[in-house]
Amino acid sequence: MEDYVVTQRGLTRRDFLRSGGALVVSFALPGCVSSVAPATAGAPFPAAGGVWPAKIDAASLDSWLAIGADGGVTACVGKIEAGMGIGTAFTQIVAEELDVPLERVTIVMGDTATTPDQRGTGSSNGIMTGGAALRRAGAEGRAALLELASKRLRVPVAELAVRDGVVFVAADPAKRVAYGELVGGQRFDVKVSEKPKVKNPRDYRVVGQPVPRLDIPPKVRGEYRYVADLVVPGMLHARVIRPPEAGAQLVRVDESQRLPGLLKVVHQGNFVAVVCEREEQAVEAARALHVEWSKPAPMYWTGYDALFEHLRSAKPKVTKADAGNRGDVEAALAGAARVVEARYDYPFQSHASMGPACAVADVREGGAIVWSGGQKPYPLRHALAELLQLPAEKVRVIWMPGPGSYGMNDADDCAADCALVARAMGKPVRLQYMRHDATGWDPKGPPATFRMRAALDASHAVRAWDCEARGFSGDIRPSGTDVAGDTLAGQLTGRKAKSKDAPQFPEEGYDFPAKRKVSHLLPWDHSLGTGLRTAHLRDPDGMATCFASESFADEVAYAMGVDPVEFRLRHLGDPAHAAVVKAAAEKAGWRSHTAPRAPRGRVVRGQGLAYAPRHGSLVAVVADLEVDRATGGFRVTRFTVAHDCGFVINPLNLRGTIEANLMQAMSRAKHEAVRFDGTRVLSVDWLTYPIIDVTEAPDVVDIVLVNNVAGAKPVGAGEPTTRPVAAAIANALHDALGVRVRRVPFTPESVLAAIRA
Amino acid sequence: MARTIDFTVNGRRESVEADPRTPLLTVLRNDLGQHGPKFGCGLGQCGACTVHMDGVAIRSCATPVSSARGTHITTLEGLAGAGTLHAVQQAFIDEQAAQCGYCINGWIMTAAALLASNPHASEQEIRRGLSGLKCRCGTHMSILRAVRLAQARLGTARTA
Repeated sequence: MEDYVVTQRGLTRRDFLRSGGALVVSFALPGCVSSVAPATAGAPFPAAGGVWPAKIDAASLDSWLAIGADGGVTACVGKIEAGMGIGTAFTQIVAEELDVPLERVTIVMGDTATTPDQRGTGSSNGIMTGGAALRRAGAEGRAALLELASKRLRVPVAELAVRDGVVFVAADPAKRVAYGELVGGQRFDVKVSEKPKVKNPRDYRVVGQPVPRLDIPPKVRGEYRYVADLVVPGMLHARVIRPPEAGAQLVRVDESQRLPGLLKVVHQGNFVAVVCEREEQAVEAARALHVEWSKPAPMYWTGYDALFEHLRSAKPKVTKADAGNRGDVEAALAGAARVVEARYDYPFQSHASMGPACAVADVREGGAIVWSGGQKPYPLRHALAELLQLPAEKVRVIWMPGPGSYGMNDADDCAADCALVARAMGKPVRLQYMRHDATGWDPKGPPATFRMRAALDASHAVRAWDCEARGFSGDIRPSGTDVAGDTLAGQLTGRKAKSKDAPQFPEEGYDFPAKRKVSHLLPWDHSLGTGLRTAHLRDPDGMATCFASESFADEVAYAMGVDPVEFRLRHLGDPAHAAVVKAAAEKAGWRSHTAPRAPRGRVVRGQGLAYAPRHGSLVAVVADLEVDRATGGFRVTRFTVAHDCGFVINPLNLRGTIEANLMQAMSRAKHEAVRFDGTRVLSVDWLTYPIIDVTEAPDVVDIVLVNNVAGAKPVGAGEPTTRPVAAAIANALHDALGVRVRRVPFTPESVLAAIRA
Repeated sequence: MARTIDFTVNGRRESVEADPRTPLLTVLRNDLGQHGPKFGCGLGQCGACTVHMDGVAIRSCATPVSSARGTHITTLEGLAGAGTLHAVQQAFIDEQAAQCGYCINGWIMTAAALLASNPHASEQEIRRGLSGLKCRCGTHMSILRAVRLAQARLGTARTA
């Protein structure tokens, strides 16, 4: 079996450490250089029989890089590229600290055998944790190379300078030596000290620049290799067959049925798959195979009204209170001159990634290699080891790019399914889902319902703010695949998911005398193994909680007779929070108002703002839109975003990421709710799960970067813009129409119903 | 039953043995090594599988390979000329018009066919012409910029 390495330029043979000479930077002993590199780099793996280190521990070995005799730099990081350009940002960071050209840097990500376990990508922390580790490793590498150069050139380090991977004497640039020459054919192991001397951000030349993404040229040429494009010699093709109804049990499967190319029917518990020689045969066999299932009792509700009624009334498994709760909310509500109250509902949503998940697996006696497109290959490795009953050392997960990834989509499920099938075959197997497997069975973003209340006194001041969230228990909402029970294959073979109870609190910075947020989490364990089980979807719970909280902020502002922007500026104590609100309002040309416009004519305009903090990032969004009062249809004509994620590594990438967050979040706000009946998920393709169309794209997106200064710590940008979008649109609809939509999605029917109510 | 089907892919004559009902996409990807077109839905709903058949953008996931007999197929890999990218490809790079990039084949191939048949397409015609293609990451703004840029460059090239 070939030994693969995935870089942002695609899939290549692993050879970067095969050449003997390298200066290798690691964070601790013994490190992956001494223990991993010889085992993996010295020779090709025996067929799927490799033994890989139990853990390349991020805590003790954050990251490493190698500078080869040719001057090329290879950096490894425990993150993955989800399509937002993080590979390019990492390249910039390494090139900056080492003073080498961008094209000399190769980033390796997401291979559990060769890259440090940073869990993977999630929570928009790639730059914060992955970038910080690479920065330190790069700085240490540069210092070590300067030491070597100092000896070679017989000049103190302080008198040396570096440019494009060449060290020279500052006063006499003719005296020079390239990194590659310094390394020569020798091997140097360098440990990263406690506090490596990283560059002062004011001296950056590459970081902070709008470097074009390295992955885009191969993507537009059709040369970028996704996991779906991987061809392993001799691989077979598989497809899965899911229960037709939630909770249905497998009664009988016809293993003797003769179908073209059918090699085997693999089944265990309620997991069923077919394996064929050719892909189209597997597609056909999955359709044609006779499988008998039991008829289960309905597990779902008749629709969203019934679901939200259940969420509002069922007994919680656990209730959590926010750490920031303060004051006597009950007393304030009891003594209020006026209580403002509203309920908001947020539905199930699908990741609905562009392509159904795909995985390739080779599972043999000696071990397992699984190629997967999921965001978190490191925990997945342990879940697969559990599923396959192998020690972790015998399992290697190699990430390859997937078809879009916004949390925990169907990728890990597919990897687990593929591993089970490959084990049964003893040969490499490629398994790709069909569209109905992907949309119908991916773990869904969870629904929630909120009851918001505010107590106003006689002078219209807010005395108390109250948020009661009701949703499903975090125990069925895993943030990653940590155990076999977190995968569909695990659940269909009788395992349970495991995660911690995550409360659904809105994040905001309003200063009110009394404040209370509680989150009731309801049990629904029996949804496991069905198409409505839930998991993290981009900015988990953030869109839902912010939709409630920021819609309500507008409702309270109107009740007080205060302009919505003025309301926020008045109550946001932290100037950084107020800064994004102010910046967005100014850029958008905020039209100050204390009441909605009086709608006249068929097409009316509205403007709405919402803001959100997210784990240290801050975003405010203004939506300008036009609504057709006759149809209820609307189009956002302009988005204005003020975005504070600290110092920006690559403003060009950031723009693309912000715009994409806006479009995806607008899609979710306007269109998306997973349809279901009592026993089935009815959203199974793009007709039954519609998303945004290009005809709906705004005319303009304006972005203001706030706090983008050299000293500001870079924080996450992958998700924050998503958070306030639904609320900004709802607030703009209210401005236009004078009515509230309090349930996502804002379909023409629901807008029309609000107009007519 | 497998049949022999002959057609041209990116200027090269190919002969494949396949069940005639097999989607053209599957044959392109698995038998002819063309990985530009992607499997997105298998239902003709998303456009990730788009290729040109005799210059017309078609959805290869919903086209049986038998109907490719005798035609000229162009995939994303074959869109570029010798040593130079198609104007649409170059514009997608210049406008950074991709996130995960899985759908981008469909947008590039559809936009190239659109601008070839309607070089002076208005903004509305561009949007309508690209309507029905899906992009889950939400790259729409930069895609629209890229198509406008390609249109402007193609116009410049024609008048020059």
